Amino acid sequence: MSGISPEPLLSVRGLAKRFGGLIATDGVDLDVMPGELHALIGPNGAGKTTLIAQLFGELRQDAGAIRLDGEEVGHLATPDRVHRGLGRTFQITQLLPDFTVLDNVALAVQARDGHSFRFLADARRDEGLRGRARRHVTASGLANRAETRVADLSHGEQKQLELAVALACEPRLLLLDEPMAGLGHVESGQMVETLRALKGRTTMLLVEHDMDAVFALADRVSVLVYGRIIATGTVEEIRDNPDVRTAYLGEGDA
Amino acid sequence: MTLLLEQLLNGLQFGVMLFLLAAGLTLIFGIMGVINLAHGSLYMIGAYAAAIAAERTGSFLVAVPAGLAAAGLAGMAMEYLVIRRLYARDHLDQVLATFALILFFNQTVTLLFGRQPLFVSIPPALNGSIEILPELAYPVYRLAIIAVGLAVAVGLYLLINRTRIGMLVRAGATHRDMVRALGVDVRLLYTAVFGLGALLAGLAGLMAGPILAVQVGMGEQILIMTFVVVVIGGVGSIRGAFFGALIVGVVDTLLRAFLPGLLRQLTTGPEADALGAGLSSMGIYLLMAVVLLVRPKGLFIANA
Amino acid sequence: MRDTVTAQTGFAPPSAKPLLAAAAVIAALVLLPFVAQAAGSPATVALATRVLIYGIAAASLNLALGYGGLVSFGHAAFFGIGGYTVGILYQHYVADELILGLFTGSNQLLVTLPAAVVVSGLLASVIGALSLRTSGVQFIMITLAFAQMIFYLFASLTAYGAEDGLIVRRRNELFGLDTRNDTVFYFICLGVAAAFFALLSRIVRSRFGLVLVGLRQSERRMAAIGIAPYRYKLAAFVISGIGTGLAGALMANYLRFVSPDMLHWTKSGELMIMVILGGVGTLFGPLLGAAALVILETVLAAWTEHWQIILGPLLLAVVLFTRGGLQALLARLGGKP
Repeated sequence: MSGISPEPLLSVRGLAKRFGGLIATDGVDLDVMPGELHALIGPNGAGKTTLIAQLFGELRQDAGAIRLDGEEVGHLATPDRVHRGLGRTFQITQLLPDFTVLDNVALAVQARDGHSFRFLADARRDEGLRGRARRHVTASGLANRAETRVADLSHGEQKQLELAVALACEPRLLLLDEPMAGLGHVESGQMVETLRALKGRTTMLLVEHDMDAVFALADRVSVLVYGRIIATGTVEEIRDNPDVRTAYLGEGDA
Repeated sequence: MTLLLEQLLNGLQFGVMLFLLAAGLTLIFGIMGVINLAHGSLYMIGAYAAAIAAERTGSFLVAVPAGLAAAGLAGMAMEYLVIRRLYARDHLDQVLATFALILFFNQTVTLLFGRQPLFVSIPPALNGSIEILPELAYPVYRLAIIAVGLAVAVGLYLLINRTRIGMLVRAGATHRDMVRALGVDVRLLYTAVFGLGALLAGLAGLMAGPILAVQVGMGEQILIMTFVVVVIGGVGSIRGAFFGALIVGVVDTLLRAFLPGLLRQLTTGPEADALGAGLSSMGIYLLMAVVLLVRPKGLFIANA
Repeated sequence: MRDTVTAQTGFAPPSAKPLLAAAAVIAALVLLPFVAQAAGSPATVALATRVLIYGIAAASLNLALGYGGLVSFGHAAFFGIGGYTVGILYQHYVADELILGLFTGSNQLLVTLPAAVVVSGLLASVIGALSLRTSGVQFIMITLAFAQMIFYLFASLTAYGAEDGLIVRRRNELFGLDTRNDTVFYFICLGVAAAFFALLSRIVRSRFGLVLVGLRQSERRMAAIGIAPYRYKLAAFVISGIGTGLAGALMANYLRFVSPDMLHWTKSGELMIMVILGGVGTLFGPLLGAAALVILETVLAAWTEHWQIILGPLLLAVVLFTRGGLQALLARLGGKP
């Protein structure tokens, strides 16, 4: 929470959300700087997914401000936030199972283009869309699966596609909700490399349980415990922070 | 004033009939996730069985178990043969499959008993009227219907709030997967709930016999209104079904009783009567649309 | 021109086979009246006309229901309102009176069909805008509720025949053709159907069509790529209502009669049956489904007055035991020659 000179791309102040008696988000302040990969870690049940959902507009916060590049977005619906440059991937993949890999990405490219009230031209023969989509598919390493239905993809491939779809929206800030979850060792390693390659080009807020991945990738780390940010700092600062150690030791290895 | 009171009682009587159907329908939907358009057919079957039993034996006491048994058996057969296969299907399949059941049941009844409506006489013990207020004599039979309906409501309340099966039903209506996870024999629970719903529909049908014409199509007419009740009250909620039924019963009855008269003061002639009838029929659908727009999940479900 | 939503014809070269199949179907439909005449069965033409009209209605419903996942149980409202547009315009044309003091009546198909399109489109905008605020079973029921309101409204409008309906003594005129001739009217319907299906086939492949199918699969995903569902669903619902209204207008001409029967909730059910019989979410499936239901009804009704006792279980079997309806069945058979 230090006063770094450039304006934060994402600035969260006093964000709060409760479900009945359960306080899921308890006055969260968070800044994500342009270009950084900011990791958000915390034990199970700390409220990470709830926080992401509020940032993305899928849950409405009870109180607090969410500013994207200085503009308040906390009252906007998800699609409007996407138009302003937010993107996300889902821990439990949310893809269009009857469509092919290429269709999924092309639809994101199409949405990025503006409204879809075009009724007559065949969208699957629109080389403008398909060409850009194919580049994203290739970049994500799924080129040979482009014409495969999503329902027939492996879990790892679906995770890759999640990322490809999110990137096709060309977000300014990408929220990554546990991109390594459920991946094997090799796949995990590939995902780390993919994210590393993205660093600097896209600003990212990464929620992840895989500490090796977090420490390998993050510029800064924030630690969320019981809905509160208890620490923010570089990887080294967080690793040495006694509060963080307590929070995690009580929880066992994360 | 007495006219209004009388119409209110009529509305209450219609409301409890709707409740008997809505209770089953809302539980079946809430617990099994099945939209059962053929619920009205169970009502019709109960009415026919009771009417025929009453005609053959001349005794309403025989007609009551006959109506209940016929509806219950038909319901169990329906659940076993068809509904069971629809649990995992989407709403579209459910609507169509149970629509097909309606076609089948209606034609079967037509084939067996013809298109002429059957008329059932009011059991002698419940014939006549009593003066419930000075200058307001009200038919005993209708009062009996109200009493039975309220008794069923109390019984359901106790069953659902005070028994283990009721606990499962409550849990099942809101957290279907959790009940499955608890290792409860869901299939048995489903069959029990469906059977109960069928019995209540049959009960409504057999009681309707003496005040309405027993005929093919009677099921759909009341079924659509029952859906209005369930949706207004909130799908899966017995309490919602109860209050929704009373609201719909009273509103519909009062509109039918008074709207044509009001229109006649504005315009004259037969057009006013026809329009009044039409508009009063539209009333409850308008009510439902308004409720859904304000509270998309119904009046008695907390909006998440 | 076989088209399933899930077909993955990304950039595979277009195959000649579906085009040939479409050409064969069109040729068969064009030749049908002449064959029927030669075979001494003019009733076939009337039957085929009904199939075409219901095919348009069912395919329209399918845009909302199959492609968009919007289970409307109230499409009878649009079918009926399309029919009533023709009936009311005709009545005012004959009586030479203005409608609401504003419009003149008409007996010209080039006026009545666009009028039906506009009226059903407006009605679908209103019903859709309100109904789409709900989803799931509530959506099914609120669409049913609106259709019931329209039903009771027309059943009580004595000026337009109330429960007895309106008689359209002569079919609407078109370019001086003899529309009273069933074969001529069949070709008119065939022309409208061809244009309609051509348009529909483009819509379902368009950007809009892909968004619609995407929304059916996952609204959450679509929101996450920046697509606000409501407008697209509403547009689909309106197009769907318009197509159904168009079919209703043709039906009023075909029957030369319109009544609250066209607005009855069982009509909504029948349209849904056609969709599911033919194949949900396929372009031509509903036409097949319409053919199956209309022909089945005719055949069974000729056999026994209680034909529904057979239709019910048959339909039940289709719902319970087939996946994808007739279209899928044909595709499977076609796949293994």
